[in-house]
Amino acid sequence: MEKSIKFIQGNEACVEGALYAGVEFFAGYPITPSTEIAECLSQRLPERGGKFIQMEDEIASMCAIIGASLTGKKVMTATSGPGFSLKQEAIGYACMAEIPCVIANVQRGGPSTGNPTHVSQGDLNQARWGTHGDHNIIALTASNHQDIFSITVDAFNLAETYRTPVILLFDEAIGHLREKLVLPDEGELPIVGRLRTSVGKGVDYRPYLPREDGRLPMSDFGAEHRYNVTGLFHDMWGFPSNNPQVVSDLLRHLMDKIDNNVHSITRYKEHYMDGAEYVLISYGSSARSAIHMAKNRRMKGEKIGVLELQSLWPFPQHLIREKCSKAKAVIVVEMNSGQLMYHVKAAVDDPGKVFLSNRIDGKLITPADIKGLLRIIQGRGV
Amino acid sequence: MRTRIVFSGSGGQGVITAAILLAEAAVMYEGLNATQSQSYGAAARGGATRSDIIISDFEIDFPLVSQPNILVCLTQHAYNTYGAIVRPGGTVITDTRFVDIGKKVDARQIELPIYENVMEQIGKPIVFNVAVLGALLGIEPVLQKESVFKVIADRVPEDFIEMNQKAFEIGYKLGSEKMAEIMGR
Repeated sequence: MEKSIKFIQGNEACVEGALYAGVEFFAGYPITPSTEIAECLSQRLPERGGKFIQMEDEIASMCAIIGASLTGKKVMTATSGPGFSLKQEAIGYACMAEIPCVIANVQRGGPSTGNPTHVSQGDLNQARWGTHGDHNIIALTASNHQDIFSITVDAFNLAETYRTPVILLFDEAIGHLREKLVLPDEGELPIVGRLRTSVGKGVDYRPYLPREDGRLPMSDFGAEHRYNVTGLFHDMWGFPSNNPQVVSDLLRHLMDKIDNNVHSITRYKEHYMDGAEYVLISYGSSARSAIHMAKNRRMKGEKIGVLELQSLWPFPQHLIREKCSKAKAVIVVEMNSGQLMYHVKAAVDDPGKVFLSNRIDGKLITPADIKGLLRIIQGRGV
Repeated sequence: MRTRIVFSGSGGQGVITAAILLAEAAVMYEGLNATQSQSYGAAARGGATRSDIIISDFEIDFPLVSQPNILVCLTQHAYNTYGAIVRPGGTVITDTRFVDIGKKVDARQIELPIYENVMEQIGKPIVFNVAVLGALLGIEPVLQKESVFKVIADRVPEDFIEMNQKAFEIGYKLGSEKMAEIMGR
């Protein structure tokens, strides 16, 4: 059978991926440049029996998806920088209460209301540390529509697997770009469903007692079991506790469930990396410029490759270290003041060989921008 | 083959819609790759608008256009701003009602009375953008016009398909006749 092809925006590719993954509930508040995600889902979700709610603000949207997730639904919300800031408190709650949910942040210029219609990648560290306290998070990204689709499916899968919020960190340039998407057939990509408890009705259900593999089976809230959910440190029944052992065990569990699985969560692509002397590390729409540049320089015989990160958090430190070990220089290409670069510097043997090629003016970084810096590093001038 | 096109004009002229129709036709009905992006301000109408399209047999990485093969300018402001970026030897298409070509650029400059013809024959400025698209394909056969017709049929409400097709043909005729005239010289 012929594949179904669409010519759509990146935001719409995210919607297609979410629907493929089985999203059943969306609550949100529209904000440029993410609005198309809400707009499309407001039409598509009711068509298939799902629920779409436009809430009064971003805080309420985040809280609504947490509630819906607890009742057993696959949920998401979408926003941009200012809204992402507002959602942080509830994201922390979802981390603490271990509630699967997907938050798309289509980045625009910041801080504050910043630059609504222009591109930025300035929320990278906010995705990691936007909410307070020790916690872990998963953040994914993509640079083309096919990958936006599959990484969105992955986001839902990882949210369910690790019972955690997963951030989709897209950007204005890729969110609004129109290009081809070939829809995968049903069954082509794996889908992780909700892991539900086998504890029967009337039997003591302990929502925060991990199985041997560390996963926590859930019970649809309001159905068979009564249990407590809180943002306070809690025991295996979900009731607040300040017992030092309970507190440290829970925090350790929240950190370890992600840290111990960095290898299986890490997603990346290599472009022309074979024997690369100069390694460009990039993600999202910036990666397209890096790939364009590397492709052109390779044709001229220069050994330049691109390591494209599709998972930003947990930070793939070992991957970066390994892939950069033989590089003469590493150039981090991103549209912020070096938010990823500092982590790359910390990961490699020689931080002195890490450089930043960036733009912070709301314009998409160009292959010429990167080429200019490369020539300086190579001692060839611009 | 790689064609880089820039559509420029003012918000509300349908610049972005025309760009989408063209890029979508390339992908959906000609099996090509295409990207379409746009830059715009926060205003819904009146702001300067630009849309970049790349159509290619190959993968497209960087989606913006620095030197278009074909540049369409639908306001004086757009022509003044972008006129100089056209690739040397490329084509600049302007509408005589909106653009006064002052300084010439190193490209084939084609001025057509598209708006005037649309108003005379249809009387509705809403299809001006589709007529411009017709003119573009009449001048540079980047795609089959049937592919654009199919996209129009996919996207436009049924009652308006015929009007859009007519607008397209008006532009197409102006463009192809102009080309015949240039070639015949």
